[in-house]
Amino acid sequence: MSLIQVKDLYKIYQMGNTEVRALDGVSVSIEQNEYVSIMGPSGSGKSTLMNLLGCLDTPTSGEFFMDGTNVATMGDDELAHIRNKKIGFVFQTFNLLPKSTSLRNVELPLIYNGEIKAHERRDMAIRALTRVNLGDRVSHKPNELSGGQRQRVAVARALVNNPAIILADEPTGNLDSKTGEEIMTLFDELHKQGNTIILVTHEEHIAAHASRVVRLLDGKIAVDEATNRGKKVTQ
Amino acid sequence: MYVRTTLKTLNDAFFMALEAIRDNLLRSILTLLGIVIGVFAIIAVMTAIRTLESSINTGLNVFGSDVIFVQKSPVIQMGDHNSRRKYWRRPNITYDMALELRDRMVGAEFVSAQDGTGGKTIRFKKESTNPNVGVQGVDEFGLEALNHKLDYGRNFIPEDIEYGRRVVILGTDVIQKLFPFQDPINQTITINGIGFDVIGTLQRKGEMFGQSQDNFVIVPITSYLQYYGSRWTSLGISIKAPDGESFDRTKEEVIDQMRIVRGLGPMDENDFEVTSNDALIDTFGSFTAGIKMFAGAVSVIALVVAGIGIMNIMLVSVSERIKEIGIRKAIGATRNNILFQFLLEAVFLSLIGGVIGVMLGIGVGNMVTLFMKNVAPVIPIDWVFIGLGVCSFIGIVFGIYPAYKAAGLDPIESLRHE
Repeated sequence: MSLIQVKDLYKIYQMGNTEVRALDGVSVSIEQNEYVSIMGPSGSGKSTLMNLLGCLDTPTSGEFFMDGTNVATMGDDELAHIRNKKIGFVFQTFNLLPKSTSLRNVELPLIYNGEIKAHERRDMAIRALTRVNLGDRVSHKPNELSGGQRQRVAVARALVNNPAIILADEPTGNLDSKTGEEIMTLFDELHKQGNTIILVTHEEHIAAHASRVVRLLDGKIAVDEATNRGKKVTQ
Repeated sequence: MYVRTTLKTLNDAFFMALEAIRDNLLRSILTLLGIVIGVFAIIAVMTAIRTLESSINTGLNVFGSDVIFVQKSPVIQMGDHNSRRKYWRRPNITYDMALELRDRMVGAEFVSAQDGTGGKTIRFKKESTNPNVGVQGVDEFGLEALNHKLDYGRNFIPEDIEYGRRVVILGTDVIQKLFPFQDPINQTITINGIGFDVIGTLQRKGEMFGQSQDNFVIVPITSYLQYYGSRWTSLGISIKAPDGESFDRTKEEVIDQMRIVRGLGPMDENDFEVTSNDALIDTFGSFTAGIKMFAGAVSVIALVVAGIGIMNIMLVSVSERIKEIGIRKAIGATRNNILFQFLLEAVFLSLIGGVIGVMLGIGVGNMVTLFMKNVAPVIPIDWVFIGLGVCSFIGIVFGIYPAYKAAGLDPIESLRHE
C-alpha cells in the first residue's frame, strides 16, 4: 500500500446558501520517498488539500489512508498524534516560537511525543539542527537568526520526529531567491536521504525540484505528471 | 504507563508555564500583585494572632489551676458606656463577704480574698523604685490563687492576716531595684511611707504583652485594706476546686453561695462575675475570632479580585498567543497538552504570588514579636498550606476558562492568525 492513499476526497464548506466545494473528488496516492509538489492558482483547493494531508483537518467525505491507517475518521487528539509522529511541517512564515531558542523549538515535537526522556530529546534536537547545518546556533532565538536560518530551524523541527512525510507549504515564499535556493537544496538532500516530501507552491522553478507535480484546479486534480527532473530520474 | 505519561505532561507543562511567565514578566508580576496582597493579608494576621495566642496561653495563666475567680465586674470588659455603668453600680465585694463565702463553701480547697492597686513607691534606705509598683493584698492562699511561686523566705501565715501584720513578699523587679547585692529577707522597706518587714521573695514570672509581671509586692489583705483600701475597693475572691473533675460543681456552688452572701432574691440577676483561666482564654479567643474573620474577608475579596485579574490576563495571553497555539497544535499538541499548559500557567502564576504573599505575611506578622520580649516568632504552617491551596484553587478556577478556550482553538485558523 502507498504511504498516502487518498480516494474521492471531498471538502465542502457551507457559505450561507452556497456550497463551496474546496475539494471536489480528489484521488491521489503518494509512495514512500516520493518528492511531490502540489501546484495551483489561489482558490484551487491546494491549501485545503495540504491541510487534509497534514491531518490538520478532516474531509467531508472520502478515504484517506496514511501509512495504512484511516485518518479521515479520526478525532482531534488522534489527529494530533498523527501530526506529531508522522508529519513534519515547514511553513512559509517559519512559525517558530519567537521567544524560544532553536533547540527548544526543535525539541517541541518531541515534548508532545511524551515518551522521550529530556536528555534524549536534547540529543535528537541537536542532531536535527546539525543536519541543517545549524549545530552552532542551538541557543539562538529566531530574531537572532536570518530568514534562511529560521527556515532551516523549522526544517530541523520537521525532521526531528523522523516523520513519514515532510509537508512544506511555500517554504521559500518569505525568502530571497538565493536563500530560497539554499532551502530547496536542503529539501533535495533530505529527499536523497530517503524522506518523503510534499511541496505546496505556486512557483514553477520551486516545483521543478520535485519529481512529480500535481496541479489542482477548482478542487479537482487537473494534471498529475512527472517533472523533467522526475523523468530524468526514471530514465 | 498512563500515569507516567500524565506526570511527564505535567512536568513539561510546568517548564512551559515557567517559560511563558518569564517571557511575559512584567504582566505576570502585575497579575501576581493581587494574589500577593490577598495571601499576605490572611497570613500576616494569622501569624500576628498566633504569636499573641502563644504568648497569651502561657501568660494568661493569671490564676492558679482549678481556680474560680469572683469579682464585681468582668475581667475583660467589652461594650458601651451603659453596660459598664451597670457593673460599676454593683455593690462592692467586702472582706466580710469573702469571709462569709469561705464559711459557706463546703467543696472548696480554699477561698481567698485579694485586691491590688498600682502606682506605689517602695523605698529601702536611700534606694527607691519608680512610683509604678503594684501592691497586692492577699491571704495565706493568695500565692497559690494568683499563681505566684515563693522563691525564698516564707508565705503569710493565718496570724499575719488576722492581725494585719506589716509583712511583705517582694516581686523580682523590686528586689533587683532595691536589693541588688543584699538579701532582702528581714529588711524593712516602706510602701508609700509605711514600713513593712520583708518575709519572702517570689520567683520571676516574665512578661506579657511587653509588660513585666514582676513589678509588685504582696502584703496581707487586712494590712492592704487598712493602708491602701478606699471606699471604692472591691475585692476579688479566688476559690480553688479540689480537682479538675469537680471544677464545674464547685463553680455552681460558688455562684449559689455568693448569691446568698450578696443577699440576692431568687429572681435577681447575679451582681458579680465568675471567671477562670479557661474563661479568660475563651474571651481572648472570641476577641481574635473577630479579627480573623475580618482578615479572612479581606483575603477572600483580594483573592477573588486577583482571580479575575488572572482570568483576564490569561484571556489576553491566549488571544495574543493564538499563533503559538496553532504552531503547537500543528506539531502535535493535543487539546489536553494546551489545556494543561495554560491551566498550569495560571496555577503557577497564582502560586508564585502565594509564596511571595506567605513570605511577606510571615515577615510582617512576626513584627509583633519585635514589640514584645520573650515572644518567639511563629510560622503558621497550617495557614501556609491553606494559603497555597487556595492559590492553586484560584488558579484552577479562574484559569480553566481561558485554558479551555485555548485548547479548543482550530489549528488551521490559529496558524493563519497574525
